[in-house]
Amino acid sequence: MKIKLFAIVAMTAFATACASTPAEVDEPIPAPRPEPVAQPAQPAGPTAGSVEHFVATAGDRVFFGYDRHDLTAEARSTLRSQAAWLNTYSDARITISGNCDERGTREYNLALGARRANAARDYLISQGVDASRITTRSFGKENPTCTESNESCWAINRNSITTITGGYTN
Amino acid sequence: MMIRTFQTLILALASFLTVPFAAAQEPLRVDITQGHLDPLPIALPEFVSTGEDVDEMAVEITRVVTNDLASSGLFAPTDPAAYIEVIESVNQLPRFEDWRVIQSSALLVGEVSRVEDGRLRVIYRLWDTRLQEQMIGGQLTVAEQNWRRIGHKIADAVYQRMTGEAGYFDTRIVYVAEGRSANGQTLRQLAIMDQDGANPYYLTDRSYMALLPNYSPSAQEITYVSFLDGQATTYIYDLDTGRQEALFASGGTGSASQIDPDGQSLSARFSPDGERLAVSVETRTGHDIHLFDLRTRALERLTRHPADDVEPSFSPDGERIVFSSGRSGGSQLYIMNADGTDTQRITFGEGRYTTPVWSPRGDLIAFTKQSGGTFSLGVVRADGSGIERILFEGYYVDTPAWSPNGRVLLFTRGEPRADATRYEIWSVDLAGFNLRRLATGGMASDPAWSPLID
Repeated sequence: MKIKLFAIVAMTAFATACASTPAEVDEPIPAPRPEPVAQPAQPAGPTAGSVEHFVATAGDRVFFGYDRHDLTAEARSTLRSQAAWLNTYSDARITISGNCDERGTREYNLALGARRANAARDYLISQGVDASRITTRSFGKENPTCTESNESCWAINRNSITTITGGYTN
Repeated sequence: MMIRTFQTLILALASFLTVPFAAAQEPLRVDITQGHLDPLPIALPEFVSTGEDVDEMAVEITRVVTNDLASSGLFAPTDPAAYIEVIESVNQLPRFEDWRVIQSSALLVGEVSRVEDGRLRVIYRLWDTRLQEQMIGGQLTVAEQNWRRIGHKIADAVYQRMTGEAGYFDTRIVYVAEGRSANGQTLRQLAIMDQDGANPYYLTDRSYMALLPNYSPSAQEITYVSFLDGQATTYIYDLDTGRQEALFASGGTGSASQIDPDGQSLSARFSPDGERLAVSVETRTGHDIHLFDLRTRALERLTRHPADDVEPSFSPDGERIVFSSGRSGGSQLYIMNADGTDTQRITFGEGRYTTPVWSPRGDLIAFTKQSGGTFSLGVVRADGSGIERILFEGYYVDTPAWSPNGRVLLFTRGEPRADATRYEIWSVDLAGFNLRRLATGGMASDPAWSPLID
């Protein structure tokens, strides 16, 4: 299906390009193409149970308000998806890293980041994920996703990121 | 006369620092763009060399002394091009009129020689050109590789004579050198240098992040926060041997079982006797202040509040500990006895107060205040009056560190740039004057100032 669509687009583009060539030149006729051979069914996405699968289906991070460590409704929704995935792939182990924006002092943010990671951990546990599968850590403001000094960056950096560290499918 | 006037000014400065604080509701703001007291004009002719093999040393040592005194903001070295008299020996009586006429109230002369065992010797004299009296004279001998320390020690002697307070030039600074690897990864390594930026080198490698160093009273050890083990962990580092270990590596005793085994441990500060550390450790209910006994390795929990209690710092008598806590909602500063009793709040202003550090003089506590979009470096009285003074305001402030004499603060200053915030270490004096950038090579943060070196 995808391949056919591509062929049509290519032919259309070719025809459009040729429309602008001088009239006295014969219009070339595209060579006949073989019908695409049916390929084995490609998986729709990443391998089930893989790290990529976790990120694509559950989402690996949740976001926090300024100077907050309580979970928003959106964060809880993402964490429920993470818990569902972790309850399906019950060998997987995770590390939750808490992060902060740069608008706070260093040690304060290390503590705040730990609170964010713990909030995510506690919610996953409440959703049936065994505590022994989870470790937490805080990077404070030291490991930002986005380094620019503006609010849109800071909002991205106020997060907890769940990383699959073991027990996943390659 | 001029000298006496200068001393009067210093006294006036001292009383200025202790008397006219604004009430807590209205912190007095010091405009750092305003002028300072007139610094003392001092002539610093090149030290006399007694042999070709010390010619360069004489020039360089004079330069070290000159830079130190100028950097304090209290001294104004006069222009050598104007000097009339040529000093040929440290033992000649200066022609004082020659120095007065070029407005040099003080004159420092020195003489560098090499003694039999190859070490360097410097004899120096500080003259009052009005009273025509020697104020101090001395002689120092060091191994040649420590030649800069002679300059720092002479500058400390001059500072002490002229201000009545100990100097801070023969000291070192441990800090976090911030860089970026080829693949864009942020690097944070501990580095050490002389107070004036000389002799810098790394203490940790680039394979892990190091933060928040603090000096021991002996200047032989530092604590810092290492990410070597994957998360923030308190480490202790012996500067003489390079040996380092996690503070709780050998397993805590006492109340250590309360520590969340998955938790982090943060910046540790030494007690004034060097025997204990105050450190915030993550427990099952948040971060709490703990005492760690370096001999018994026992860990004692001092606070039990569900809010985060972080950033402990001892009073210079070791009797009390200041820390920051979110127990009232936003972060504020609190003082408790060193056994965890009698906790009292000492800041009451709007905004978030963090990074308390007790002054070596005992009367003040430096802090960072975050209010609106602004960060400030300030000091608040330790007596609970809530009276505070702001020394600097800017885009970002963090990690104040006192000079050993309690007259100057180093701090991390951040300024926004197009791609990322740029961090540097700056110094400011206790009156909010003499704002200067510390001579680190690149981006830097988290200064720790050593005690005076013996």
